[in-house]
Parts: sequence; structure tokens; C-alpha cells
Amino acid sequence: MATTVTEPGLKRVERLERIWVEPRGVLGWLTTTDHKRIGLLYFFTTLAFFGAGGIEALLIRTQLAEPNAKVLSPETYDQLMTMHGVTMIFLFVIPMSLGAFGNYLIPLMIGARDMAFPRMNALSYWLFLASGLFMYASVFLHAAPNAGWFDYVPLALKQYDPGRNIDFYALGLIFNGISSTAAAINFIVTIFKLRAPGMSMNRMPLFCFAMLAVSLSLIFALPSLTIDLVYLELQRNLGFHFFDVAHGGDPLLWQHLFWLFGHPEVYIIILPAFGIATSIIPTFSKRKMIAFPLVALAELLVAFIGFGVWAHHMFATGLPTITLVFFAAASMMVVIPSTIQVFAWTVTVALGRPEFRAPLMFIGGFIVFFVLGGLTGIMFAAIPFDQAATDTYFVVAHFHFIIFGAAVFPILGGMYYWFPKVTGRLYHEGLAKLSFWLTFVGTALTFFPMHIIGLLGMPRRVYTYPSSLGWGAYNLSETIGAFILTAGLLLIFWNLVYSRFRGAPAGPDPFFGGTLEWATTSPPPPYNFPVIPTVRSAYPNWDAEDRRADVARLERGELVLDGGHETPASTVVDAVPDEVLEMPGESPWPLAVAVCTSLLFIMLLTRHYAVAGVFAGFALLAVAAWHSKEPQET
Amino acid sequence: MAAVPLTLPVGAWAGDNQNALHPASKQEHSISVLWWVMLVGCSIGFGVIVILLFLGWVRRNRDYLPFGGRDRAGTAIVIGLGVFVPIVILSLLFVWSDLYVIKTTEAPAANSTPMSVKVIGHDWWWEIRYPGTRAVTANEIHIPVRTRVDMLGTSADVIHSFWVPALNRKADLIPGRVNRLLLDANRPGEYRGQCAEFCGQQHAHMAMYVFADPPNVFRRWLANEARPARKPATPQAREGERLFLNLPCSGCHMIRGTSADGTIGPDLTHLATRTTLAALTLPNKPPDLTHWIEDPQRYKPGSKMPGFSLTSSQRDALVAYLDGLK
Ligand code: HEC
Ligand SMILES: [Cu+2]
Repeated sequence: MATTVTEPGLKRVERLERIWVEPRGVLGWLTTTDHKRIGLLYFFTTLAFFGAGGIEALLIRTQLAEPNAKVLSPETYDQLMTMHGVTMIFLFVIPMSLGAFGNYLIPLMIGARDMAFPRMNALSYWLFLASGLFMYASVFLHAAPNAGWFDYVPLALKQYDPGRNIDFYALGLIFNGISSTAAAINFIVTIFKLRAPGMSMNRMPLFCFAMLAVSLSLIFALPSLTIDLVYLELQRNLGFHFFDVAHGGDPLLWQHLFWLFGHPEVYIIILPAFGIATSIIPTFSKRKMIAFPLVALAELLVAFIGFGVWAHHMFATGLPTITLVFFAAASMMVVIPSTIQVFAWTVTVALGRPEFRAPLMFIGGFIVFFVLGGLTGIMFAAIPFDQAATDTYFVVAHFHFIIFGAAVFPILGGMYYWFPKVTGRLYHEGLAKLSFWLTFVGTALTFFPMHIIGLLGMPRRVYTYPSSLGWGAYNLSETIGAFILTAGLLLIFWNLVYSRFRGAPAGPDPFFGGTLEWATTSPPPPYNFPVIPTVRSAYPNWDAEDRRADVARLERGELVLDGGHETPASTVVDAVPDEVLEMPGESPWPLAVAVCTSLLFIMLLTRHYAVAGVFAGFALLAVAAWHSKEPQET
Repeated sequence: MAAVPLTLPVGAWAGDNQNALHPASKQEHSISVLWWVMLVGCSIGFGVIVILLFLGWVRRNRDYLPFGGRDRAGTAIVIGLGVFVPIVILSLLFVWSDLYVIKTTEAPAANSTPMSVKVIGHDWWWEIRYPGTRAVTANEIHIPVRTRVDMLGTSADVIHSFWVPALNRKADLIPGRVNRLLLDANRPGEYRGQCAEFCGQQHAHMAMYVFADPPNVFRRWLANEARPARKPATPQAREGERLFLNLPCSGCHMIRGTSADGTIGPDLTHLATRTTLAALTLPNKPPDLTHWIEDPQRYKPGSKMPGFSLTSSQRDALVAYLDGLK
């Protein structure tokens, strides 16, 4: 864009470059507040955790490949099984979709120059990294959490689990929750207030609707988990009795509070995938999403109804029948927003002239797996069947099709799709297609037989099984599938690494995408857009006239905002510009707060409560310090 | 001594039935019918989506639907197939499964069954009591066939889940609560079940059998279980009893009629009437019993029962005694 502009326009771009530039090198990364760099930090960190969770999964599958195997001891198995769940959910899928994709893309999609609270954004990342490292420290101490990712009491109480294992879990997740809460608030404000002029709610990309729904869910769901974890820590370490029957407590309290968080969590995991799907489908089908408002509504509804179904995780606990029936009804209701979206995706493809490049193929795989996992999900709303199949491998099959097949496939497709935007280079299409087929076949082979062994009676979370029950062959094929899947994933990462250095130049918009991230250069400059775009439809990048008008406005100096580190704010519903925000620049304070918070949690873990208080004080001081205003460059 | 290696892989018995789709009761039958019907329905739903996707690929060069429809028709499909059809189907499923089938699998009304059996989950075995009698056993439940039996389940430690797939749904065993479940086998047989709620290191080795016996066989069995232990018959067995009472065994295990009154491990009064050891981890044969007593941690690492180093004659005496507890 900058090439077609004349002298005054170029001057303005230069000014923006000077205003928004961040320090180079390691220091730059440590102090950055640029949402794109933070997104990349999230990306690489979550990828590392994905690797760890994947290795755990492969070890588990190796142990289960045949009956009575002795690859892992029962204790090691329990730790790996728990860490696999905790890692994939809290350290991979959510931070990958929200932290990496959300961070990188949302400001670009809504035509903003950064997130609403750039320093809080950095803080979210550093807290996330620290909480992940905190939890992984346990693995190296051979004291990793070992009571399963939903950590039922009494098993998780000191009586039955005297080590530090569960304290790592409880404190680690409280820690992680602070990061997620900060991130969620940031996304909500960013999406509500920083949209480009003219991007009213009904013109907002569906990706942003999904992220908005996720963020709202997070801030309402997390408190329930946090409270549960605090109760657990109080009972484990300070002699409280929340879950203790002998003292009037109740172990089911844990489950209610956990699932009151845990079920919305499922939608928190899956909604970003919907958002990615609704970005990729229109681009490669070369048309708008069909039933756009209905899909937007469905995304919000699913997050809302998701709060009313938690007890369907507890159908075998002996709740009164009337309660079961209520929650089963709610669970059936939550299906409707999903069916709306499934048909909207498929019909959009059918109505377009789809080009089946790798990202769209991953979305195809996503739809297949989502429908598969969704249909078995409906089965679980049939109470008697749930009570038979729950806690068996049938459930493991169901939620892996949802969490891996449906939530991760769009992430993989999204990696290919936005790779040219982030790097300025194209990925290798042939290898990408091959990697799709490998991951697709691997996923199906790993998880499909689990339905069968579940019905054959195999409970989940067993570290081994006898040979007399006919489960061996299915388990072996699952293990083979897991290795095929791994090969597919490695191929994806190889493709991206290779293309990062050898890929053909991509240009700003290689796929003719409809949303605003494609309106700027690849990779985008630190200020995202030389001129704030104005929007008149839900696919603003397809409005060629408007984009030409942007260039003209750069010439005239309208909406360039080169008077400082600035981004415009607009009204919540109609996106009428109402303010120009002075954005804070890079800062070491978020990192300092995160370091103090880590020390605080380490002290809580080692039960040095007084020292913990001191570090809490330091953390507060650091928060105060970051609000001091530095001189602005102009 | 013959350190007989286990010829059978641990837990290998022919004909184990832990299959939820091989029902041996009316309750499980209704669950499996529910499953097969849902499977057919879901396969159709899955087929529709896959066909739509496939159409999208086959007709990738045409930007309209097969009958010429465009956006309006597309929206109609989304609303029709995405809203109305699922509402109808889900309502039908809801009424059938959650209002009707659920009645079959619900806990029986209190005191509506001729007998009940109490199951108490422990790390990692099942304590079984027959209310109204003195009978106490472990891991192998006997019930009379074609008789409604009320299972009253609870736990002595962490949460376990009672599940015998061929007979009925699950019931979690939760400390401080009693959850009930109907057992009503419609043909004699042995039905395998397994703990379904993760309960720690040996969750994998917490299995059980339900034997549905003809009523007279059951009555004889129950009468025997309720009696105190038999007196040892041979000098070797008498030596075994003496050892048992003097070793720590008696602090953890109960043998009714002796001074052994421990409650940490299973009641061993009629151990020899059971077919398996340690929640189906080993067959109950003298060589396996020997292995178990010597080194329980080898078969169930983490179990509360420690290993004992005994001389071979002590060990044989113990086994002779336990093997005589018919
Ligand atoms: C510290 C308590 C403790 C001591 C001491 C102990 N046991 Fe055990 N025993 C247990 C527990 C607990 C189990 C159940 C193990 C399981 O299935 O997980 C058990 C199981 C058994 C079983 C299998 C019972 C069944 O129904 O399957 C036998 C037989 C047995 N013990 C014999 C002995 C003998 C003989 C001794 C003494 C040499 C002994 N035990 C000492 C706790 C103990
Ligand atoms: Cu158990």
C-alpha cells in the first residue's frame, strides 16, 4: 500500500514507524506490548507444551498397546495421564486459540493498532508461561498431579495423596486462571471498544464473535474453579473440611463447582475453532457465510447455555432423577446452536466455489470429527446410556473427537491459513495436503476404536487391562493411530519451519480473504495499519472501493493518528468513533509482576505463607510502578 | 520350592463378559436398545453431513445447490435442518430415553425388592455384605437369578463406581452416601464388572464378579458364607491358623470364629469359596495364593497389603489353612 502513496503519505508512515518501533533483540521480546509479538510468544510457548502433552500421550498409548504391559509404573501412568489432560486443556488449546490466534488476529481483524490493555496483555502471557513452568516443575520432581485432570476428592485430599502433587495442580491452575481472566477481560474490552469506524456489531467477523463468547464464558466460569481450588488447598494444608463427610462437608461439592466451570470450558475450547472455521470457509469458498446473524447468535448462545448443563458430568453420582432430567433437557438444547453452525458451514461450502487447499481440508476434517463427537455427545444426553457409557473409553472417544478432532484441526488449518500473514511467505501446499491426510487418518484410527472398547467395558484411566476381555487389538490399533497422527503433526511443523525460510513470498493477501487482517502487509507493521480502515460490511477486504479510500485518506492525513502511540476507540454497538486512545508502550513491569507472582506461588507451594505475603506486596508495587507514565516519543 | 511362573497372563479367564451390549437383564437390555436406535439415528445424521460436504467438493465449480437454490435456499436448509429437524428428533429422544427408559434403570423403590446386597468400595477391592445375615465376602457377589436385588453402594475411602455392564448402568460409590441400583439377572452366569471411577494407583485392578445363581444354589452359598470359619483339618493347616493369628495378617483381615478381626483388608472367613484373589487380579489357586502372600506389591503396587518374608514351610502352612476356608 505504501508504494502507491506520495510524499506526505510516506512521511506519515515514517512517523508511525518511529512512534511504534520497539527495542530489538531479547530485551524487545521481554518488554514487548505489541499484540502480534505477544501472540507469537504464546504460539511458541503453547507449541512447546503441546509437544510435552503429545509425548505424554504417546507414552500412555505405548503402555496401553497390549494387555499387562509394564512400560510405565502405575504411579507414573497416573501422573502422565493427569498432566496430559491438564497440559492439553490449560497449556495448549486455550492459550493457543485465545492467546496466540486471538492475540495476533483480533486487533488486525477489527482494524485496531493493539489490544485495549497492551501491558495487561503482556502480563497475561508472562503469567501463563510462569504457571505452565510451575506445573511442569512437578514433572521433574516426579511429583506431578496424579488424580486425573478433574481431580476428584477425596482422592485428591491429603489423606490419599500426601505429596505435593495436588498442590502443584491446585496452585498451578489458580495461577493459570489469573492469566486467563486478564486475557479474557482484555479481549472483551478490545472487541467492544476498539473496532474500526463503521464495524458495527453485525459487521464484526464471526471469529471475533467466537472470541467474545469465549472470553465472556471464561470470566464467568473461572471463579467457580478458583473457589474450588482454594477450598481444596485450604482443606489440604490448613485443616478446613469443605469436602469432608465426617465434618459435614461433601465430596460432591467439588464436582459441582468443578463442572460448573468444566462444562463451559468445553465450549471455551471449541468456540475458537468455530471462529477459525468461519474465517477459512468464506475465504476458500469465495463467498460470505450463509445465515451470518444466525451463526453469530449461535456462537453466543452456545456459550450461554453451556452454563446450564454441568450436572450431565455427574449422572452416575446418584442425583435425584428430576435433576438428571432437567440437565439432560438442557444438554439437548445446547445441541441446536451447534447444528445451526454445522449446516451453515456445509451449506456455505456447497454454495460457493470452494478451492480445497490445505486450510479448507482441515476444516473439512474438523466438520467430520465435530459431527462425530457431537452425535456421541447427544447420546450422553440420553441419561440411561450416559450412565452406562460414562467413565469408559466411549467418553474418551467422544471428547477426543471434540477436543482434538474439532478443536485442534481448525488450529492446524489456521496455522497454514495465517502463516503467510505472519511470515510473509507461502507454505508448501503439497506437503500440507499430505499432512492433512496423515493427521486425519491418524486421528480416526486413534480415537474411533475407543467407542468400541468403551462399550466392551473398558473404563478410562486404567493403566493396564487383562487379555481376557478382547480389548487388545483395538488398543493396538489406537496406538498405531497415535504414531501416524504424530507423523502428520511433525510434517505440519516441518512444513512451516521450512517455508518460513524457503517459502515463496506471499504478498499481503494471497488467499483473497475478506477480513481486515488481509488489508495490511505481511507481516503487518507494528502499528498494523498506516491508516485506520473504515468498514461498511462484514467482509471489508472484499470492498475494494473502501480499501482504495483508505489510501486516499492516508494522503490527506485522515485517521492516520500519527500524533502519538494512538488507536481510535468507538461505540460498543455501532462503532462510531468516540475517542482517540493514547496507548502505553513497551514496559518491563508486566514481566516483573509475573516474576513476583511466581515467587508468591512457589512460597505458597512450600508453605512459607509469610514470605508469600511479601512477594504479593512486591507484585502490587510492580503493578503500581507500571502505571507511572513514561515520556512519549513524538 | 516351585516358584511356579504364572502361566496365564494376569486376569485371563475365558468367556469374561464385561460387554454393555451383551445384556443379561431387562435393564441393560433397554440400555442397549437405546444405544442401537441412537446409533442408527446418528449414522443417518452423520451421513447427511458427509454427503453435504461431498456435494460441496463434487460441485466445487458451481455456486448453487443441486436444484438451483442459492442463498435463500441455503438459509432455509440451515434453519430447517439446523433448527427444526433437530428439535423434533431431540424431543423424541428426550421423551423416550429420559422420561421412559430411565424408569427401567432407576434405583428400585425402597424396600420393593425381596433382598438387598451392600457393596462398600475400598482401595482397591469391594466389600460385600448381605443385610439381615452375617455373610460378608469380597469381590464376588452372588445373587439369585431372576430376583430383584437392591444394591446399596457406598465407599470407605475415595469415590469408586460400581459397574457390571451386562446387568445395569453405573452407580458411584461415594463416602457418606448410599447409591442404589437394581440387579436383576435374567439368566444364570458370571458377569464381570470393574470400578469405573478413577480411584488411584490400582484402579485398573479393581474388578468384581456377579454370579447369578439358581435360587437353591444361592441359598446354600449364602448360608455357608454366614457361618463362622471352619476349623482347620490338618496339622499343617492348624499351624497355618496359628501363624495367621500371630502374624500381622489378623490385624487387617477378619476370619470369623477366630481372634482375627481386622477390617483393613477383605474378610477371609470363606476365602476358598472365591474363584479369584485381590479383586480378580489372580486366580484363587494355591500357587497364586502363595505368590500373593509373598509379594502383593508385585501384582498390585500400592496396595495396603505388605509383602512378608516367610519360610517355605510357614508359607505352605498359611496357604493350606486359607485354602481350607471353604
Ligand atoms: C496392612 C494390612 C494387611 C495385612 C497386614 C495383610 N493384608 Fe492381606 N490384604 C490386605 C488388603 C488391603 C487386601 C486387598 C488387596 C486388594 O485387593 O487390593 C488384602 C488381600 C488379601 C487376600 C486376598 C483376599 C481376596 O478376597 O481376594 C489374601 C488371601 C490376603 N490378603 C492374605 C493375607 C495374609 C495371609 C496376610 C498375612 C501374612 C495378610 N493378608 C496381611 C491387607 C492386609
Ligand atoms: Cu475404585
